[in-house]
Amino acid sequence: MIEARGLTKDYEDKRAVDDLSFDVHPGIVTGFLGPNGSGKSTTMRLILGLDRPTKGNVTVNGKHYRDHPAPLHEVGALLEARSVHTGRSARNHLLALAQTHGIPRGRVDELIDVVGLHDVAKKRAGKFSLGMGQRLGIATALLGDPQTVMLDEPVNGLDPEGIHWIRNLLKSLATEGRTVFVSSHLMSEMSLTADHLIVIGRGKLIADTSVADFVAGASKQLVHVRTPQEAALREILSGLGATLHTTDEGLLEVSGLTAEQIGEAAAAQKIVLHELTPHQASLEEAFMDLTRGELEFAAAGEEAA
Amino acid sequence: MSAVAIPGTTFRGKVTQARVIPSEWTKLRSVRSTRWSLLVATVLTIGFPILAASVISSHWGHQSPEERANFNPLDPALIGSQIAQLAIGILGVLVITAEYSTGMIRATFTAVPRRLPVLWAKATVFAVVTFVLMLPSVLIAFFASQSILSRHHANIAWSHPGVARAVIGAALYLTVIAVLSLGLGTIVRNTAGGIATFAAVFFVIPPLMNVLPASWNDAISPYLPSNAGRSIISITHDAHALAPWTGFALFCGYAAITLVVAAVLLVRRDT
Ligand SMILES: Nc1ncnc2c1ncn2[C@@H]1O[C@H](COP(=O)(O)OP(=O)(O)O)[C@@H](O)[C@H]1O
Ligand SMILES: [Mg+2]
Repeated sequence: MIEARGLTKDYEDKRAVDDLSFDVHPGIVTGFLGPNGSGKSTTMRLILGLDRPTKGNVTVNGKHYRDHPAPLHEVGALLEARSVHTGRSARNHLLALAQTHGIPRGRVDELIDVVGLHDVAKKRAGKFSLGMGQRLGIATALLGDPQTVMLDEPVNGLDPEGIHWIRNLLKSLATEGRTVFVSSHLMSEMSLTADHLIVIGRGKLIADTSVADFVAGASKQLVHVRTPQEAALREILSGLGATLHTTDEGLLEVSGLTAEQIGEAAAAQKIVLHELTPHQASLEEAFMDLTRGELEFAAAGEEAA
Repeated sequence: MSAVAIPGTTFRGKVTQARVIPSEWTKLRSVRSTRWSLLVATVLTIGFPILAASVISSHWGHQSPEERANFNPLDPALIGSQIAQLAIGILGVLVITAEYSTGMIRATFTAVPRRLPVLWAKATVFAVVTFVLMLPSVLIAFFASQSILSRHHANIAWSHPGVARAVIGAALYLTVIAVLSLGLGTIVRNTAGGIATFAAVFFVIPPLMNVLPASWNDAISPYLPSNAGRSIISITHDAHALAPWTGFALFCGYAAITLVVAAVLLVRRDT
């Protein structure tokens, strides 16, 4: 369980996190979604006490992170920025962290096997690929068998097999009743793993909702229409108050009317329709819609899509 | 979907100072550059005095009586520790700044969010390692160099007043350097900056004092960290130098203040 209340972080004159309040509950995967630069990584550092909030407060399992006598048993975290000494082997890295809690060596070896680093456990971490580095980060997060798992952009740099592995891991952890908090700037990724979404833009909370409600609420219903008599149809539909847009492929996108209404109006005027398709906006579109006003740079939006 | 089974563990241990110490020992011993630096410091501390004593010994016949009279047999014996102080100082800075440059510090502070146990453990481990390596090194350096010099009866006895204190003092001096440089690295948090600060305090500022008027120089120089610390290593004291243990105590004070400032900043700052 993570509880943030009015969490705010300023860097010099830049507000990275702005009055964020949310809860992350156990037993489900909670996605933390926002475009690049929206403050996800900063929020996670605040949760771990690596950075101090300018205002507000965040607790994990009822206490400030630093007040837990055994933090690695409470929260396991994978941060976005590399957090490994490049000159040390994976095994010694995990061992040094395990020793702070007196976690036995056997647990270190067990996790090295689980994340599939057995063959490279004695290699310097600096020689690891991005994917191997992520796996080492996951092993670090799971070392203390924590109740809460927090991963910052975990699929970054992973191959498809690795991505698949992470998705299954997240779901397994949630099924075991743990609190799972995972960030991404990709809605498509979240739609595959998350049950609940916390969406931020420019450090502010935009939505705190289930994935299903998010899609239903944010998306406008579109109907795709194809007709050889476009001009005539446009006139009729405009008259009924629809908003119209013709795509590059010559498809007419209609919003504000249902497929039934469009079909009946066309039939009444004997207009031929070649296609009439209700279209549910994709999650990515819903996300883009919601954060459009919040993007710092247009480029960041394109990257997010 | 194939579930990923993560084996659990019933083990639940708390973070304690006694546990952070072995963790820091694992960190220190598991980086190749650290092992090399310590090896180099050890080899130089022993090797240079042997080399210096050999050279002096082979030239002894060519020395004037005056030169022979002014010769201090402890100088070649402890010359290695002068070089070792650079290796120890740089390593002390790196012990913490390498964690910042690689990002390891975030993992470290996630495991030990109260942070201070990390600083105390680093100081303890690095000081103990330095003393355990340097004490035998300076003892070997002393006895080896004196045995070479003894051919010309140019050696000094272990029992001579102040000799044991100076030789053991060299190891103590290096141990305090270990702590002080760790403190500097923690304050500066940047490898280049930390090494530059260390070099400024120990190698740049002391000779600069010579440009001051003699009376100022005499008043200030003895209190500089390096000179205060080194007074324990010397058996020939000029009038302005601090007494051996007084100087060393002041040096320890400098190290303590540095470490306290480091501790305050470590807890306050973002990572
Ligand atoms: N340590 C820092 N110092 C200054 N600015 C920072 C720092 N960390 C993050 N920021 C700024 O805060 C904003 C949020 O960054 P971040 O939390 O990394 O976003 P995200 O993880 O969502 O991409 C960005 O504008 C970033 O430049
Ligand atoms: Mg980020």
